[in-house]
Amino acid sequence: MNILTYDFMIRALVAALFTGLAAPAVGTYLVQRRLALMGDGIGHVAVTGVALGLLTGTSPTWTAVGVAAMGAVLIEVIRENGRANGDVALALLFYGGIAGGVLLIGIAGQNAASLQAYLFGSITTTSSGDVWVTVVLSLIVVVVCLGLLPQLFAVAQDEEFAAVAGLRVRFFNILVAVLAAVTVTVAMRTVGLLLVSALMVVPVATAQQVTRSFRSTLGLAMGLGVGASLGGLVLAALASQRWAVAPGPSIVLLALAGFALTWPIGAVLRRRQQLAEPFGPHDPLDHEETGQHPHEHGPECGHAAVTHGDHVDYVHDGHRHASHGEHYDEH
Amino acid sequence: MLTGSHPPGHSSQHLSGPVVSVRGVAVALGGRPVLRGINLDVADGDFVALMGANGSGKSTLVRAMTGLRPLAKGTVSLFGTDLAAYRDWHRIGFVPQRSSAATGVPASVWEVVASGRLTRRRWRRPLGRADRTAIRAALEVVGLADRSRDGVTALSGGQQQRVLIARALAGEPDLFFLDEPTAGVDFANQQALAQALGVLKSRGATVVLVAHELGPLASLVDRAVVMRDGRVAYNGPPLGDDTVQHPLFLESHSHHHVEPRRHSHAPQVTAPWDGGAQR
Repeated sequence: MNILTYDFMIRALVAALFTGLAAPAVGTYLVQRRLALMGDGIGHVAVTGVALGLLTGTSPTWTAVGVAAMGAVLIEVIRENGRANGDVALALLFYGGIAGGVLLIGIAGQNAASLQAYLFGSITTTSSGDVWVTVVLSLIVVVVCLGLLPQLFAVAQDEEFAAVAGLRVRFFNILVAVLAAVTVTVAMRTVGLLLVSALMVVPVATAQQVTRSFRSTLGLAMGLGVGASLGGLVLAALASQRWAVAPGPSIVLLALAGFALTWPIGAVLRRRQQLAEPFGPHDPLDHEETGQHPHEHGPECGHAAVTHGDHVDYVHDGHRHASHGEHYDEH
Repeated sequence: MLTGSHPPGHSSQHLSGPVVSVRGVAVALGGRPVLRGINLDVADGDFVALMGANGSGKSTLVRAMTGLRPLAKGTVSLFGTDLAAYRDWHRIGFVPQRSSAATGVPASVWEVVASGRLTRRRWRRPLGRADRTAIRAALEVVGLADRSRDGVTALSGGQQQRVLIARALAGEPDLFFLDEPTAGVDFANQQALAQALGVLKSRGATVVLVAHELGPLASLVDRAVVMRDGRVAYNGPPLGDDTVQHPLFLESHSHHHVEPRRHSHAPQVTAPWDGGAQR
């Protein structure tokens, strides 16, 4: 376990902690707007930003932030002007970003392998400067996402309503896009550009298996994001004593394992909720008594009790039994 | 402004003119004129039904009145202020045309209705007591007070439509725009909607309602405006659903009735920036 006490490992853990908080916070708004793949689009564009940094000899973090933010605004503008083709807009940027990045890397005289650390994350390459950038940018993302929750929620929930309520819809949409771009760059060192979107989306998908409200989904997703991020990093560090394991895949697989474990719980909850949904207010067609019933219906009998108007129907074998004096009626 | 001092329908200032005034309005979508020469006034406390067939422009007119669609010509003013300069959004309650209140992330009924309170909340202030009271009152008007903790996806389509009305109500507006709230809603929920709108009407709110057919709402309507092919074809006392939907209603030139034709060779994949002309 002593690998966890190395300086580079502590730096990586700090970066992972803040990445795990910020990514699901932005991701919740993206998923709410059904733009789950937007993080992927921005991640691909950021590849060009990283390559630009390597080509010009400047910090890839800052070139990636700049290019990713421009790409995010471009995606948002295209989406706003032609909402029917938002997915095509994303696709165009996916391809342009990756192709541009690999081309620039070639011009820089490096091979594509030097991109590896940025594409899938790396434990050892996080400098202390990177950690500070990660912490500060993540905190900004988290503070904005939580601080503007009512406005961002309203805009993502229903753009037209928000516009008539006097909110500047375009400003908030572009704000979320830029926050997503910043998050992608922040997460670049930990999960990598190609997998960052998973850390934005998978914790949200997992959280909503068990939640009913937006706030609880957001909070739980952030918790799950931290868990996956730290857990995956530690797993990768332990495994790297034997194999070459990048932290990105282990973080994402851990997050997906969380989803796989939670999904059955969500399925049971949804089914239970569906069964408990009250029956319509319609009265039964006529008074139809059941035959001799083997037991008395009640909380203990195991049959689903469903509200029906002013009474309760007990559901079993395709019947709805309602208590009527000494006997049961078919409802 | 204190929210409690400003209940719906009780305008703080007496208006000389109409609440909504539409003068010579034309709206174009992608360069094609959709609405032409619209003149319409809605007086304080009026309950106006905007009716007409699909594609007649009734939804576009409401979207133009709320500023969602730019005007190609003419002016719209709300409470005597031109739309371009209008800022009192808390006086407007809008129920957009949506089949569902659900999005990609769960949201509780309370959260959705609370977002309607944003028009009255100061920047970054948490929900105050007046906000909570208004949200609770809005849920009671639509009969969903007991479902406030449930996720909106757990509700039926008609109940979700009532959530959207409660969201508009939460801001305690004086003027409501409702775009097809009854579309695809079963009869029981239409009656619940009618009851909620009846409460608004009794409080003196001004209502502009877009509807393909009125159903249980018919008794609330003071005035019907029927749109046809982007123009106001009728503006007067309420009409029955069967009158408005009769194929020869207001049809003076039935011999040159031309069905709009759709081109079959329209490209299926277009560049993303082409999409702006659609809808």
